[in-house]
Amino acid sequence: MTDDERLHEASSDPPAESTDGPESTDAAEPTSEPTSEPTVEPTSGPAGTSRRPHLRAGVLIGVLTAILGFAIAVQVRSNSSSDSLSNAREDDLIRILDDQNARAERLNQQIADLQNTLDELQRSGNSDAVAQEQAQRELESLQVLLGTLAATGPGVSVDITDPQHKLKAEDLLDVVEELRGAGAESIQFGPVRVTTATSFVDTGGGVQVDKQQLIPPYEVLAIGDPKTLDTALNIPGGVAATARNAGGDAQIVEEDEVDITARSTVPSPKYAQPGGR
Amino acid sequence: MIAGLALAIGVIVGLVLRPTVPHWIEPYLPIAVVAALDAVFGGIRARLDGIFDSKVFVVSFVSNVVVAGLIVFLGDKLGVGGQLSTAVVVVLGIRIFGNAAAIRRHVFRA
Repeated sequence: MTDDERLHEASSDPPAESTDGPESTDAAEPTSEPTSEPTVEPTSGPAGTSRRPHLRAGVLIGVLTAILGFAIAVQVRSNSSSDSLSNAREDDLIRILDDQNARAERLNQQIADLQNTLDELQRSGNSDAVAQEQAQRELESLQVLLGTLAATGPGVSVDITDPQHKLKAEDLLDVVEELRGAGAESIQFGPVRVTTATSFVDTGGGVQVDKQQLIPPYEVLAIGDPKTLDTALNIPGGVAATARNAGGDAQIVEEDEVDITARSTVPSPKYAQPGGR
Repeated sequence: MIAGLALAIGVIVGLVLRPTVPHWIEPYLPIAVVAALDAVFGGIRARLDGIFDSKVFVVSFVSNVVVAGLIVFLGDKLGVGGQLSTAVVVVLGIRIFGNAAAIRRHVFRA
């Protein structure tokens, strides 16, 4: 072959000229495809070559391999660094960014949904609580008005004396009616809580109020506007006048706080059911 | 001998200096390394075959690196950079395997 010749040429001539000619074809092939055509490669072996180019080639090879080692080290280091994104390709980065954006959007959507649910639940919880509180208040005020609950508040206490036992049940009912007319919200007659169903029945020497025998003097407590109640009882021809005509008296005292402790029991309805609203 | 020594020195220098890879070279460095490795394996094989030429080695080394880099660069410009760099790595990997097999036959006679 021409191997030796070519080699001699290359080593003796200035490298620039002859290098380009054979090299561009040869160089790419032998090293890159030694499996198929290893024979094309010229041998470097023969001892006759001059010393200088050999040394230069060695230095060049050394430099190249040093660069390779350097590059390997750098690449390995940069690849193993924690931030793997720093050496990702541009389109990969774009894809990753898109993924992250989509994910963020999804999560934001989820946050909004959950926030809505939370708000809804809180609102419904609040309104439930408010409604319950209101219902409770209503219940209590109804109980006070019905007489099933003890009550306290400003009002009057009335002491009715009747030494001659001339006051009829009718007259005592008038007291209650008068108080109610004046806006009394809660009335206690003696030990009996007066409700819509309270009965007054004449008996010898007194009255029966809700089947309880009472004898004079009668003590009546009423909660309402004290002034109004007082005025109502004292009107001419009213309760006080009736009591005095009967030989007794009605002592009316306005009080800041009247405690009505007697309670009535309300029978639960047997036939009537709550109707539609 | 020189090459092995230089490789070791290069690795050590790289480890000691801890240079940061410039941004523009990041996609090409791994490809260039693989291409250079291919040249190195080819060189080792040629050496064992007794047909090693330092000039051929140097030129193939450089041209391998340049061509691999160019292919990837072109791929990036065409929007298929990822696929092309994979292709380059696959081809170079096959060649490295082939050279490694030839080297193995020389060394172990098997």
